[in-house]
Amino acid sequence: MAYTITEKILLAHTKEKAISPGDFIYAKIDMALGNDVTAPIAIKEFEASGTGKVFDRKKIALVPDHFTPAKDRKSAVQARILKDFADKHRIENYFELGRMGVEHALLPEKGLVGPGDLVIGADSHTCTYGALGAFSTGVGSTDLAAGFITGCVWLKVPETIKFVYRGKLGKWVGGKDLILHTIGDIGVDGALYKAMEFTGDAIKKLPMDDRFSMCNMAIEAGGKSGIIEPDAITLKYERSVNRKRIVKFKSDRDAKYCEVREYDVKKIEPQVSAPHLPSNAGAVTKFKNVKIDQSVIGSCTNGRISDFRIAAKVLKGKKVNSNVRLIIIPATQKIYLEAIKEGLAKIFIDAGGVFSTPSCGPCLGGHLGILGKGERAIATTNRNFRGRMGHPESEVYLSNPAVAAASAIKGRIAHPDEL
Amino acid sequence: MKFKGKVWKFGNDVNTDEIIPARFLNTQDEKELGAHCMEDIDVTFAKKASKGDVIVAGKNFGCGSSREHAQISLKGAGVSCVIAESFARIFYRNAINVGLPIFEIKDTSDINSGDYLEIDLDKGTILNLSENKECKMQPLPKFIQEIIRAGGLLKWVKKRK
Repeated sequence: MAYTITEKILLAHTKEKAISPGDFIYAKIDMALGNDVTAPIAIKEFEASGTGKVFDRKKIALVPDHFTPAKDRKSAVQARILKDFADKHRIENYFELGRMGVEHALLPEKGLVGPGDLVIGADSHTCTYGALGAFSTGVGSTDLAAGFITGCVWLKVPETIKFVYRGKLGKWVGGKDLILHTIGDIGVDGALYKAMEFTGDAIKKLPMDDRFSMCNMAIEAGGKSGIIEPDAITLKYERSVNRKRIVKFKSDRDAKYCEVREYDVKKIEPQVSAPHLPSNAGAVTKFKNVKIDQSVIGSCTNGRISDFRIAAKVLKGKKVNSNVRLIIIPATQKIYLEAIKEGLAKIFIDAGGVFSTPSCGPCLGGHLGILGKGERAIATTNRNFRGRMGHPESEVYLSNPAVAAASAIKGRIAHPDEL
Repeated sequence: MKFKGKVWKFGNDVNTDEIIPARFLNTQDEKELGAHCMEDIDVTFAKKASKGDVIVAGKNFGCGSSREHAQISLKGAGVSCVIAESFARIFYRNAINVGLPIFEIKDTSDINSGDYLEIDLDKGTILNLSENKECKMQPLPKFIQEIIRAGGLLKWVKKRK
């Protein structure tokens, strides 16, 4: 029987002999992830279940990244629940402040997730790891608790939509633009319950960080997962993070897709998604008159080193507009240090931006840059729902790092070529 | 099993940031989360809603984050069930896993805020008492029914062991 890469990974994690879309399966987990918002509920449920012992202390990752460094007393209590649980059950992959990072940048960087894995995370952007050729999906806290107990998760085998990207990417266009354009094309529920497989010659040349950005936002189209077949770029990345276990799956030539969509990437300009849905995407040039109060560069979508290299290229020798607050947040300690070593941090600070410690921060309206009433931000984050970054009457426009940096300089949404 | 409730109607793509904004995610307390339910769409919702009320929405209800605080908040506000044309997948599984009843029907445009619904789980029907109209809910897959009958995922897991 012909299978997609998603079906092959799922099959390899069950006792079934064959599977098809729509089947309910009970699958083994290679990694179960929780953060300071979702893990406390899972931990409470786990302890109440009386199980006593976690299924595998090496296959659980706990990352306090949402409201840390603790933004208030209640957040400190929540983060503490993770530490106490990690101590009690000798969880190997607990990441304390100073060693932590935004979970979806951190886990790949630590080699904890990789090709062929089945990963669940109590965070919707867990779909990020599909960039490595893993099946990876967001679940809730109760799923995570059940995962801690059994090492398994119930899943419905999804249908797959194949997205084929052809051609050469234009200047200032990256993975973020491809995914914003795609979500704009199919809508916020365009891939509901489905796996999104990204392929085509443009993807085969796409750097790892851009692949992470794309798979990260599969959820914004309602997708269960996003995935890219592992190739030479994946393997090079995995060598750099000392990943040992690599299981390479590929979709069969005659695998079944519920839909195939093709894009000529030459035609795709840098994208911006207007409030209040990621699907309100269009070319940046359409939004040139939109004034901004804040620009945020960071998050699990675009907080990686190549994102900061791009932002620095735009910001070098320039000054942030006097009406704009530029907030730059590296996703992990490693990226933070790289940005300092490469001189990027100096460029940001010289330009008049702030360069902060890793955190999810303002992306979900946590801290480190909350918007006030009537304020407007451009952000390299993943969601622009009403009130996402603060006040219900504030607005978020989504973009890539080059556009966010150019906009910070201009004081309005701007194409980097305008500088 | 039957239950009755007053309808609060919402549109398409109601997201989890609207159901319970992230600024309240530093607690897991049902009462506290319930008091802020739907706050960014309708500040008065939590005050107006009473026990047993029903949320009815369009497509893609619960899109966005994986926070189970959304289900806790809805329960805390007294919401007995959610009816929508479709649900975002993480919201769907969280609702099943924690035992917040959710139902899919093809078209919710006939149901309005203030209507009274009678939901009959055994017959799989939703009767709009205000409009005297009945519609069929999409039957839940057998596997999902098994989890619901067990009383949620953790009880199902225990039984399975």
